[in-house]
Amino acid sequence: MNNIIGLVNGGGVYLADDQWTFVDDEVWVTKSRPMILPLDQWQKLDESGTGVRSIHGVWLGPDDDPAVLGPISGELPIIALQFPSFRDGRAYSQANLLRTRYGFKGDLRAIGDVLRDQLALMRHCGFTSFAIRADKCVSDALKGFDGYDMIYARSATTPEPLYRRYNRGHQLATPTEEER
Amino acid sequence: MYNYDSYDRALVQARVHQFRDQVSRRVNGELSEEEFLPLRLQNGVYLQRHAYMLRVAIPYGTLSSDQLRTLALIADEYDRGYGHFSTRQNIQFNWIELEQVPDILQRLADNDMHAIQTSGNCVRNITTEAFAGVAEDELIDPRPLAEIMRQWSTVNPEFLFLPRKFKIAISSSESDRAAVRSHDIGLYLYSGDSGEMFLRVMVGGGLGRTPILNEIVREALPWQHLLTYVEAILRVYNRHGRRDNKYKARIKILVRALGVEAFAEEVEREWEQIRDGAAELTKEEYFRVARDFSAPDYEKVDAVDMDFGAWLARDSGFAIWVQNNTQAHKVKGYVSVVLSTKPGASAPPGDVTGDQMRSVAELADHYGFGEIRVAHEQNLVLPDIRKTDLYSLWRKLQELNLATPNIGLLTDVIACPGGDYCSLANTRSLPVARDIQQRFDDLDFLHDLGALSLNISGCMNACGHHHIGNIGILGVSKNGEEFFQITIGGAQGEDSSLGKVIGPAFKVEEVPDAIDRLLSTYLRYRELDEPFVETVRRLGIGPFKDEVYRKLQNHKELAQ
Ligand code: SF4
Repeated sequence: MNNIIGLVNGGGVYLADDQWTFVDDEVWVTKSRPMILPLDQWQKLDESGTGVRSIHGVWLGPDDDPAVLGPISGELPIIALQFPSFRDGRAYSQANLLRTRYGFKGDLRAIGDVLRDQLALMRHCGFTSFAIRADKCVSDALKGFDGYDMIYARSATTPEPLYRRYNRGHQLATPTEEER
Repeated sequence: MYNYDSYDRALVQARVHQFRDQVSRRVNGELSEEEFLPLRLQNGVYLQRHAYMLRVAIPYGTLSSDQLRTLALIADEYDRGYGHFSTRQNIQFNWIELEQVPDILQRLADNDMHAIQTSGNCVRNITTEAFAGVAEDELIDPRPLAEIMRQWSTVNPEFLFLPRKFKIAISSSESDRAAVRSHDIGLYLYSGDSGEMFLRVMVGGGLGRTPILNEIVREALPWQHLLTYVEAILRVYNRHGRRDNKYKARIKILVRALGVEAFAEEVEREWEQIRDGAAELTKEEYFRVARDFSAPDYEKVDAVDMDFGAWLARDSGFAIWVQNNTQAHKVKGYVSVVLSTKPGASAPPGDVTGDQMRSVAELADHYGFGEIRVAHEQNLVLPDIRKTDLYSLWRKLQELNLATPNIGLLTDVIACPGGDYCSLANTRSLPVARDIQQRFDDLDFLHDLGALSLNISGCMNACGHHHIGNIGILGVSKNGEEFFQITIGGAQGEDSSLGKVIGPAFKVEEVPDAIDRLLSTYLRYRELDEPFVETVRRLGIGPFKDEVYRKLQNHKELAQ
């Protein structure tokens, strides 16, 4: 069973029929099976006549520079970024750059050690789907999107810092529902 | 001081709620310890040798009297009646039950406090000097920008899983009292020719096992760019800092590996991409925050107070205390008073009881404007005291055992909690502190020695900042036995330097003797009022080393 969560209107939903296959070695790419490929394989696609690029996505390792996807970000339906450990925060910066600097508008997926307590942070940095670690329960992980989620700084999903979003310093009774 | 608005309040309240849930998931086994660890660290909870420790943030060392009362209550209700003020201007409670942490955090949140990011591989409490806003030699009040950075770095989603912890300090006085040079980012705030606020940005400092002072990466950065510049530094670090080796993961290692020029170029390149965006600071936001730090209603008082002068002449104990434990104030007729948490052998440095905290809160309300500061030397400060009140304040502080006139002297020891609490410790640092305080308890002798900082760390992690003590003591363990290595010549402030090791380490009982010999060497060679560290700089460590080990040799021979 896959363990994929997607975002609908900013909230998490279980994607039971997620179509993507993750590939990290040489495989026979067919048109009917959308895959998330290493960049070099994806680049070879059209040349080798094995498949059409535009239906396949790419993944990056935490050391990779997201700038390499800048020129092709418009062609990619999905990019996956790896969390080798949930304590390794490099993919947060990669995600942020893909969204704010390299113009990526497709699905940005977190893969690897992806856990409930980091999901809201990932969402802020521009991730839109989440491959929850296989041994974890998806319905539990979905709770990671609930609850209060205010940040002071800006993020990929909240392009302005709090002081530009609100007229601060007023003693509102409680934040409105939207801010929660 | 800064007043929380509804957003600030909502955030700390929500955080308590979230952590309560995480604790209960840990307790019922849904979260493994490995998964829970970074979550509890980012809420200030450490597992120490015998119990959990909770570290509460005191942003840039500023507390209201009510907040101090809350800390007193936590000390009494959830701990053993005291708290420990740390060298990062925070307070630590050493005997905490994990299950009670959410309740404690709730008490904090209800009083506009928190423990967020006081630990873990994230941006930690922003620090500045204890006299910010009141010091006579201050150029610009650094607190508004410190608060703005506190907010910006709190739960900043991109930077919560950095390669390693990240410490930022800001200072704006002629004699940097915030030790900015030993921070990951040190900021020095000053004004340009036409009065605009500029920052000097220094990166890559840190103590620990590879002690190093930070280096300038940017001069004259206009203040509006503070957050974007820090963001650029953090992004470069988050992406390129080492993650394979905990001891090589601080930004100082990255700066050194790239070289400061290349590092600065990388930062500038990143910054060029983001500098003029929405994250630029606005004047409105600066003034909104700065308003909360505007001066309280000082009375117009004469610079010279007759009564005060009379007491100085009449009571030499008072005069010595005033000389040592007060600091010049911006406003005439006022001073800042330092409360020594180091009475000597009777209490470990930085430990303050709940009763003492409540009494200090009373004094802050009665004599000051209800504000207390925490100095990174682990002492407390009443920032705004009229000279005319000093005598009666002094009498009350004596009753509280907080008037030891040793600020800046040898017995104003800075020590980490060491092996009595800390599970990383190799050695127990507190008994060493106690032995030294006991051995040198003669106040006349201490005053004759003059300014002298002594810092003790229980292991290489250097929480006691031993590298920047004029005398530094580092606990090391050899074959399971405790030894203490001594360095001399370290200094903080404008003239920062790292101490040099004088030679082989000592057994715990040999340390006071070794210190004694260092001091007598100093007294023999000092010129006029030259402070200890200057003598070391002038002569090098040679004469000190010779004296310490020559005598030790004699002792050993005699004993045979
Ligand atoms: S220096 Fe070492 S022993 Fe002391 S508090 Fe830090 S980690 Fe613990």
